[in-house]
Amino acid sequence: MKQDIILSGVGGQGILSIAFVIDNAALKEGMEFKQAEIHGMAQRGGAVQSHLRLSDKPIFSDLVPRGKADMILSVEPLESLRYIDYLSPDGIIVTSSNPYMNIGNYPNLDKVLDGIRAVENSVIIDSEKLAREAGSRKAQNMVILGAASKHLILKKETLEEFIRILFMSRSESLADINVKAFRLGYNATS
Amino acid sequence: MKTEILLGDEAVALGAIHAGLTSGFSYPGTPATEVMEYLIRASKKEAKFNASWCVNEKVAYEEALGVSYSGKRTMVSMKHVGLNVAADPFMNSALTKINGGLVVVVADDPGMHSSQNEQDSRYYANFANIICLEPSGQQEAYDITRAAFDVSEKFNIPVLIRVVTRLSHSRSKVQTRPPQNENEIKYGEGKDWTLLPANARKRFEILMRRQSEVITFSNKSDFNKLYLNEKNSSFGIIASGIAYNYVWENLKDFPQKPSLLKICTYPLPEELISRLVQQVDSILVVEEGYPFIEKSLRGLFGISGKTVNGRLNGRLPMTGELSSDNVRKALEMIPNTTQILQDFTLPARPPQLCPGCPHGDTLNALNKVLKPFSGAVVFSDIGCYTLGALPPYNAVDTCVCMGASIGMAKGGAEAGVFPSVAVIGDSTFSHSGMTPLLDAVATDTNMTLIILDNNVVAMTGGQPTFAPGEGLIRIVEGLGVRKNHIQVIVPLPKNLEKNIQIIKREINHKGLSVIIAQRECVEEVLKKKRRGAK
Repeated sequence: MKQDIILSGVGGQGILSIAFVIDNAALKEGMEFKQAEIHGMAQRGGAVQSHLRLSDKPIFSDLVPRGKADMILSVEPLESLRYIDYLSPDGIIVTSSNPYMNIGNYPNLDKVLDGIRAVENSVIIDSEKLAREAGSRKAQNMVILGAASKHLILKKETLEEFIRILFMSRSESLADINVKAFRLGYNATS
Repeated sequence: MKTEILLGDEAVALGAIHAGLTSGFSYPGTPATEVMEYLIRASKKEAKFNASWCVNEKVAYEEALGVSYSGKRTMVSMKHVGLNVAADPFMNSALTKINGGLVVVVADDPGMHSSQNEQDSRYYANFANIICLEPSGQQEAYDITRAAFDVSEKFNIPVLIRVVTRLSHSRSKVQTRPPQNENEIKYGEGKDWTLLPANARKRFEILMRRQSEVITFSNKSDFNKLYLNEKNSSFGIIASGIAYNYVWENLKDFPQKPSLLKICTYPLPEELISRLVQQVDSILVVEEGYPFIEKSLRGLFGISGKTVNGRLNGRLPMTGELSSDNVRKALEMIPNTTQILQDFTLPARPPQLCPGCPHGDTLNALNKVLKPFSGAVVFSDIGCYTLGALPPYNAVDTCVCMGASIGMAKGGAEAGVFPSVAVIGDSTFSHSGMTPLLDAVATDTNMTLIILDNNVVAMTGGQPTFAPGEGLIRIVEGLGVRKNHIQVIVPLPKNLEKNIQIIKREINHKGLSVIIAQRECVEEVLKKKRRGAK
């Protein structure tokens, strides 16, 4: 049993919070994992990505080999396409439909979404709407994690536990908002 | 035994703490920053050891040497180019009789994710005739760091731990062991630490005599692994550090396993290499960074009757980072099938200055002032403002190394560049900018220095700086810059016109001027707000 995931988004969108939740859930469930992330210069509003590998056997490379990712989990639609050469032929994309437009040449959004739909069984979620419904526009990362959780080899309950732990350090209401965002994302997918 | 989730950098830090660390020192730099960040967080909880940011890597190294002299254990961490700054104490410390364990952690950045070159620190260890340890994963980063202090004390030399970006910034499980106590204080002896020629000659001889013992250590180290497949005499692999993982990622589905030597210690384990080479006809060398092992193995004339493949003959790319994909190609395996993007060009999303960044306001004003001058050059430096080289600013012309902006502006001005402008951040100025400014004061060179004081080391995530604000102004005055040519501006959109006038006036002054642009980093302001709101 293994799962290779590429997390993607724009610096500041909280993909490392997603990684924190999955890493800790994996540890609790006795899985092996490796998770490579980008620090430093690229974090300043640029494209960011994290390679996250889960397995019940030892993992070697910190990076997912090209063509081996089971899922691209993205908080931004354009960014979900940036790593498509990592996706295996039967891999899926789970992404937000809400663009982050901090570049002048952002392509036509419909074309971006068509590109995502060209990958079979992909899931596109209006994360901004659901995050607002949960109580904070910033909780879009947890909406996407919720939507992806149906496909993850980790238990929904374990993921929720670590969302709570992560945000409790700031405040209880923030923890509630993020768990709610996760559940709304989970329920939004069939 | 406890299990923790740690970045490679953090595993190094925790290994040092558990080895009885007394003091850690560093200057921030990607991908090494997280070593010290972890030490500082842990020291606040446990308070048994010191952990501090220093003004630059050279000073950090010298502070560590003082700890070692006292008999206690110390670690200094930096990015690869930081070791260039610390090269003087580093090279000379190899000749001293290291007393308390001294471990130098250097994080290389193959692929240049956040750096201006991809120099390979194994060459530095080789240059200094010391031991280098190169972990292949997070667990090994912890284990190797713990062991490194013992090794340093056993051979009385510094030990360099080389990590690379993909290990520094990758998380995994690490099992830790109970910590040991710090060393008692026990001074070194003056004759072993006073490198006057008469002493230094003796010390160098001792260091060189040590080499055979050090190679024996390398041959016997548990961190190297030799697997010989007697049935396969055609092909073998030597892989070091994390490159070993990329090999295994592919060997999983390799029918006839080749012989494989994993190298994690230097000087090279000659005996292990010799056993592998005797076994096979063709050797693939896979190493992250420069072809260090490959060059040693090949020598000038190669090995008679054997083929050596690697970066030097193009089997692996000559530059850039390894991956399981390019290693797969080097193993002559069929590439994995991937999905491809149809009829769509993906625009790049490069990093950029944050919205509201004070550097943006200063660079805007500077651009407006320099527009009429066709000969203007803006010599810049290392920091967030280097992003000013990209659109929409296109405001700076150089970025070479820490502090270079000021010396380059002086050299350029004296060669006829006008206007010659230097742009440097407050932290980079304290790191390496004061000495070149003193040079420019001595000659009153016709140049304008702009110090961007945002009160923090911003690019690496907000570490403290040593002399922002009033302190910075006093330093500039103290270095001898004339008071009427030290101008302080506040970079805000509403001050644009005023700031343009000030910059214009100082550029037209025939001599040295310093403009200090003071406004706190917007990220820091946000962080403080969040903390306040809590």
